[in-house]
Amino acid sequence: MSLRVSELRVHYKTLRGDVKALDGVSFTMDDGEILGLAGESGCGKTTLGKSLIRMDGRMRHVGGTVELDGRELPIGDDRAMNDYRFHEISLIPQYSMSAMNPTRRIGRMVTELLRSRGVTLDRKELESRIGMVGLPREVLDRYPIELSGGQKQRMVMVISTLLDPALLIADEITSALDVSTQKAVAKALLGFRDGGYVKSMIFITHDLALTSHIADTVMVMYAGKLAEKAPSEKLIKAPKHPYTKLLINSLPEIGVRYEERKLAGIPGSPPSLLNPPQGCRFRDRCPLAGDECAEEPPVNEIEPNHFVACWKA
Amino acid sequence: MTATTALPTEERVVRREALYFAVRNPKLVIGFSIVLVLALTGLFGPVILGVDAPNEYVAMPMLPPTSEYWFGTTTQGQDVFVQFVYGLRTTILAGAIGGGIAAVIAMVIGFVAGYRGGMVDEVLNMLTNIVLVIPTLAVLLIINAYLGIRSVGMQALLIGLTSWPWAARAIRAQTFSLRSRDFVDLARLSGVGTPRIIAREIAPNMSSYLFMTFILLFGSSVLIAASLDFIGLGPTEGVSLGLMLQNATQWSALQLGLWWWFVPPGAAITAVVGALYVANVGLDEVFNPKLRET
Amino acid sequence: MRQYFGRKLFIYGLTFVAAVTVNWVIPRFMPGDPVASMLARARVSQPEAVEAMRVYYTNLFGFDEPIWQQYLNFWGALFRGDFGISIYVFPVPVTDLIMGAVPYTLGLMIPAVLLSYWVGNRFGAFAARRKLLDNTVLPVGYVLTATPYMWLAVLLAWGFGVVAGWFPIAGGYSFSLTPSWSWTFFVDLLHHWALPFLSLFLVALGGWAIGMRNMIIYELESDYSNYLAALGAPAKLIRRYAYRNAILPQITGLALQLGVLVAGALVTEIVFSYPGIGSLILKAIQNQDFFLLQGSFMFIVIGVLVANFIIDIVYVLIDPRTRTGMAGAQA
Repeated sequence: MSLRVSELRVHYKTLRGDVKALDGVSFTMDDGEILGLAGESGCGKTTLGKSLIRMDGRMRHVGGTVELDGRELPIGDDRAMNDYRFHEISLIPQYSMSAMNPTRRIGRMVTELLRSRGVTLDRKELESRIGMVGLPREVLDRYPIELSGGQKQRMVMVISTLLDPALLIADEITSALDVSTQKAVAKALLGFRDGGYVKSMIFITHDLALTSHIADTVMVMYAGKLAEKAPSEKLIKAPKHPYTKLLINSLPEIGVRYEERKLAGIPGSPPSLLNPPQGCRFRDRCPLAGDECAEEPPVNEIEPNHFVACWKA
Repeated sequence: MTATTALPTEERVVRREALYFAVRNPKLVIGFSIVLVLALTGLFGPVILGVDAPNEYVAMPMLPPTSEYWFGTTTQGQDVFVQFVYGLRTTILAGAIGGGIAAVIAMVIGFVAGYRGGMVDEVLNMLTNIVLVIPTLAVLLIINAYLGIRSVGMQALLIGLTSWPWAARAIRAQTFSLRSRDFVDLARLSGVGTPRIIAREIAPNMSSYLFMTFILLFGSSVLIAASLDFIGLGPTEGVSLGLMLQNATQWSALQLGLWWWFVPPGAAITAVVGALYVANVGLDEVFNPKLRET
Repeated sequence: MRQYFGRKLFIYGLTFVAAVTVNWVIPRFMPGDPVASMLARARVSQPEAVEAMRVYYTNLFGFDEPIWQQYLNFWGALFRGDFGISIYVFPVPVTDLIMGAVPYTLGLMIPAVLLSYWVGNRFGAFAARRKLLDNTVLPVGYVLTATPYMWLAVLLAWGFGVVAGWFPIAGGYSFSLTPSWSWTFFVDLLHHWALPFLSLFLVALGGWAIGMRNMIIYELESDYSNYLAALGAPAKLIRRYAYRNAILPQITGLALQLGVLVAGALVTEIVFSYPGIGSLILKAIQNQDFFLLQGSFMFIVIGVLVANFIIDIVYVLIDPRTRTGMAGAQA
């Protein structure tokens, strides 16, 4: 068992009150597993990613635990978390294009970063990994501005995985890229996993189609809660939660003419997390909603490894 | 036309929210209160005091502050408090007019350069850079020196004419980023002319920024006016805070220990300018929610 | 790189032309006969000075010549380093008077500007995001920048000079001494220099500290800072990087502030009767010595232009982006 998250609650402090961005989320991940994390913006997926490595100033750990390889992570304690960062848990941020200090040569920046974490740079290893993602060794002598967007992205991937973390969080890293580059990035991520550089990976995206190509398991979140979690194939082919079904229906498909079949968006919008309603949070937008939905549905394992939070499933 | 009609409700909410934070921002409230109190003193003080000539000799020279002469008297027996109140009026007026003129020039140049772009932008940019590099005070020195009779209005005008460049640059950059927004495109497509687009679409969308620019120009104009006065190029008639400082040093207030002569005017200048700067920080926090949180 | 500096030099060249033109135009714009009115207003007692002035003015203004010829003559005199004869210390050339004053002004300004810049930036960077320090540095900084240079100078002169008696409050050196390369003179020079320096230093300090504090806060919110923090880099490293990035806009700020700093130096000199350009300008104004005033103006403009160019060079040396960007353009 690699990662175990139980009943995790994380709130955002705002002037109007607490936004309950993560409201009791539980799941587990195995060694070597790639978990795709999907959902609309504001569903809590980015909050979950941040909670696992570094909360920003407005986030508060309200309840629940996170265990990595049997040890509980002090996720609410910024200082204590530092021991785990980079060594155990690492991050490829959404903003890879601007993640490197513009006024340092990349090689020097990496050296300084590693030294600050008490690690001496293994130049050979670094160069071999740079080669692995298809970058020339000379990038180490360049400033970030001299690299193209795709090159920067790959460089950041190399830096983030340099210490062979047990868990890598990739946060929306493909959303700014064109389709062919997306593929290349996805391939590189798989390469890191298969080469044993990272044990397991959480791949956060709003692109359900892309997720299913990379991830072994996909977890769909809605309004701060888990909606459905299943092996990729199963989640795409036989989704059980009405929200997942609608999400998949709204995906464009190759070979389908959309004059005949309308692309269905999901009407309505997610509830405010400032004061979330009782019962199932998808109720107001759910085509199947019934009286029992006034009560909150528990997460049930309806088949091995297939979890759904819905009364109708 | 479509684009110029009613303020969207969202914007109204933003404004109401800004007001909500404005009255609760201590920097803004304190800063503006100080400026207001000093400005009102300058405005109504002379009327209440009922003195027309602040430079009259009214008492024994070199009196320390007493209940009758609150700030004492000068080496010529002038009432420092009366001069102070009149000086406040002149100095704040010079700052407000100078800052206002500079803000208007900066807006015209910034808007036109940023909105039109191309050749117009190149030329205006060149002009801005040239005026930016020339040291303002040095130019004012020779112009004022050649002017035989100097008035507050003339001083303010000249300050305004020389201190706009940085603001023009900033406004140009802001305009440039607004230029390609949807609502500006919409207005342009519906055939609205350039001046109208600038006045109706662009300026309102950066009104808070423009106001803050004016505040900063106001502050710097007060300082420039005071420096000119101090060098001896102030208004030839009347009194200002800078002229008081000049007189004090010229008539050896330092050596004679007449601290009541040179402390109040300098303190008042510092208070006005400092309060303006602090209010500006407060405004920034009100209009910029990112700064508000921390 | 050549293109960058070429463009900068072009701007500075244009600025210089503009400044010279302003200098030439202003006397001509004044109503009436400029020579007569200047002679009338100049406070000259020696008759030979009046006559010399009349000849000089008439030559310089060259009223019988076409206007473009007058303009060219003005430039010609400028390139010969001829700024005319001072009226107030007749018949010393203006250039000599200014050359005698420049070392004092530079000796005061350069240390004050560089030191305030360095200390202010350090202070600001250190205070940013540290609650307690920030709450003291910020208000003090704002009060300092809002203080008129001459007022702080007056306060210091009064407090440390008149009341405490620790420092002299007038002149560049004691009247009893003549300038020489002796230890006594040097100490005396330093003694007179201390208060004007401190006054300039303190006012400038506030602005730098505030500017740096704001820049650092902005940089600490930037993506690269967040990335480093997510990888557990210590605050020390993140702050070091933020400082390096924040110093760049501060260098631009230094260029923008030059005019204000010069103005500050001028009025500070006047308070302390320090024998630099500022005191020279005051005397020129009091004696209606327009040649001296215009000469001082040209010197200040040239000084500011040179300083601007030096700052441009420093900026290119520090920011890899401008350098590499230009290397790319050349390749």
